[in-house]
Amino acid sequence: MAADTSAPDPDSGSNGSLHEGPGLPDDFPHAARLEQAGVTSLEHLREVESLEELTGIGPAYANDIERALEELGESEGGGTTSTGETTEKRSSPLSSNGASEDSAEGPATHQSIDIPEGPIKETLSFETYPADRYKHDELGFEADEVLDLLSNMLLQRRFENRCRQMYQRQKISGFLHLYIGQEAVSTGSVNAINLGDDSIITAYRDHGMGLAMGMDPEACMAELFGKATGCSKGKGGSMHFFDAERKMMGGHAIVGAHLPLGAGIAFAEKFKGTDNVCLCFFGDGAMHQGAFREACNLAGIYELPIVFVCENNQYAMGTAVDRAFSKPDLYKHGYNFDFPCSLASGMDVFSVNQAVRDHVETYARQDQPSMLEVRTYRYQGHSITDPAEYRAEGELDQRQSEDAINRLQDYILTHDLATEADIEEIDEEAKQRVKNAIDAANDAPFPDESALYDDVYTQEDYPFIA
Amino acid sequence: MATLQFREALREAMTEEMERDDDIFLIGEEVAEYDGAYKVSKGMLDQFGHDRVIDSPISELGFAGLGIGAAMNGLRPIVEFMTFNFSFVAFDQVINNAPNMRYMSGGQFEVPIVFRGPNGAAGQLGATHSNSTEALYSNFPGLKVVSPSIPDDGKGLLKTAIRDDDPVVFLESELMYGLKDEVSEADDYTIPIGEARVAREGEDVTIVAHSKSYHIAMDAAEQLEAKGYEAEVIDPRTIKPLDMETIVESVVKTNRLVVIDESNPFASVASEVTHQVQDRAFDYLDAPILRVTAPDTPAPYAPNLMDAYMPGADETVDKCLRVLYAQ
Repeated sequence: MAADTSAPDPDSGSNGSLHEGPGLPDDFPHAARLEQAGVTSLEHLREVESLEELTGIGPAYANDIERALEELGESEGGGTTSTGETTEKRSSPLSSNGASEDSAEGPATHQSIDIPEGPIKETLSFETYPADRYKHDELGFEADEVLDLLSNMLLQRRFENRCRQMYQRQKISGFLHLYIGQEAVSTGSVNAINLGDDSIITAYRDHGMGLAMGMDPEACMAELFGKATGCSKGKGGSMHFFDAERKMMGGHAIVGAHLPLGAGIAFAEKFKGTDNVCLCFFGDGAMHQGAFREACNLAGIYELPIVFVCENNQYAMGTAVDRAFSKPDLYKHGYNFDFPCSLASGMDVFSVNQAVRDHVETYARQDQPSMLEVRTYRYQGHSITDPAEYRAEGELDQRQSEDAINRLQDYILTHDLATEADIEEIDEEAKQRVKNAIDAANDAPFPDESALYDDVYTQEDYPFIA
Repeated sequence: MATLQFREALREAMTEEMERDDDIFLIGEEVAEYDGAYKVSKGMLDQFGHDRVIDSPISELGFAGLGIGAAMNGLRPIVEFMTFNFSFVAFDQVINNAPNMRYMSGGQFEVPIVFRGPNGAAGQLGATHSNSTEALYSNFPGLKVVSPSIPDDGKGLLKTAIRDDDPVVFLESELMYGLKDEVSEADDYTIPIGEARVAREGEDVTIVAHSKSYHIAMDAAEQLEAKGYEAEVIDPRTIKPLDMETIVESVVKTNRLVVIDESNPFASVASEVTHQVQDRAFDYLDAPILRVTAPDTPAPYAPNLMDAYMPGADETVDKCLRVLYAQ
């Protein structure tokens, strides 16, 4: 699949001049991002009048860079994006940030209580990834890989459609949250990471992500049927898909509760010294939980290789996003943690792919947590029993006119990557795979009753009490 | 044998395990630069550095969850709660994420994590800082709950807890951190989880008591001895799994049981022991099982009220005499 890590900058350089020079120090903050913006030496960096005008350098990064320059004794550099306290040095509890090691007497606050003359002004900038901007070849996708993207998105949609039917036929019970409409988010994201090395953790609307990660549709459908052959042996259900081999770290069903887990998964990668990152997906509703704030803050102070991806599908159950947020521009919430933040269309697989690549390669792999809001839309209700009467009239039709699968099919035809017949065949294949999954799930046995006691503890002779 | 404070025994356990296994780290509020709120981790930052002894902000939900995620991804975290009263803001992580992960992933993910810190009342701290959590955490399958009463058990059981591949809630006590006692110096000293310790043998009445209550039980046993009765004192050491075999064996011998448990009484460890003994040894009981617990009230502040609130040796002696039909 497309694993081109040198993703082109979407907003092709406001500053393209390449300076010769000794280069930026390896540990210079955001060196990769600076180099992408055309700044390849300290000398050049000092000449930059306004750091924030560099592509991809938001105010948070500008602060980091300014601090680093100051530490190098070069505090005269311009480009201030904020004044006052926000430029003060921050120390990390981890040794990777040397601040607390400087002092033999222990930690010391670097924060000033001399309040500057105000007002304190900040200039914010957020990268965007709108639909219809990106071309497959620029992203490094070959024609057949584009068809793979389509195939995967169709597999998700056909799978989910049949899940709804299987629920109606009472083959599937419990809660069932369908992913229809959001397929570009999963497929675009998974194709931006190193599958098997990088981790993904997500919420309870997890079928699409599992299938995008290459989980076997038969194991997924069997799980929904509660069968022993299910991906969680019939003991997780719809909201708890896991695949350790692919580092699919779960579907998690308590809203927001998996965000700290994502931070922990990323923490483990950093601790072990790998280059792996964690993509942590969550819905707009999860951002109300304290867990969001705590996870972001910990990721920030420990400098964890994580991207917080808010999959904003417009509704937290039945509550529209703008009814629930004091600040409905969700991507801006990451700014409170000094994260680079971006906003991407979730209705174009290429936009998602470019956005996630940038966040993974530019930020997460440099141990800089970041936040990406992906705007998408779920066509079904919150769960299978929700008729979604809270939508405005015509809203669904309007959103469906932006459909990511239709968009990709149109793209394929426009760019002569395949014929309508080819697309039809891909769709038929997807339908057949789902049908096979249903047949296999039907034929599979339910778990043996003794499985009730399996996997509660590692210890096999744990004394269960009757 | 070395004579160590409880906190030193716990520190030895963590230190030895961290020397043995590079995947273990300690995280919590004030564990590093401050040397531990109760000095359990004193000096560990100097030995292991910031990468493995990690200060967290006041963010229990966050760092408990971070520990669980790290455990799912191959590490073995020790998460210190400054007290288990603060674990309640991380409750969802401790009860919903840590113990369920293995089960609902069909065995694909394990969570080898220890949540440790002081539990129970610790003087006049008022209601919010005096909760006993052992019954609560024991209610959730997938968690193991350990609550030692002496430094030697603290060391041996904490080492085992750290090695356990499942999440362990390890309950200590502020009031016992300074308690000095002999601790084994044996290489690689571990005590299995799930085995009670018969601290004192006797024929007349069985007293089951864990953590601080164990020391009350030993006091009461001495007072009973002066009155001519031999009490058998059993410290379960582990609440879950609970070593019912040892308890039942003792009751079969003494035919009488008193359980001390400083928790509130409703649905407590004492309730569970009582239920299981009547289930397994009904015919051997010569008297109703009595409990010595905190009353069903929040913990108070005033010193006289706190004295009345906590279980004591006098009350224990009194209840033992009642099951002995000696008063």
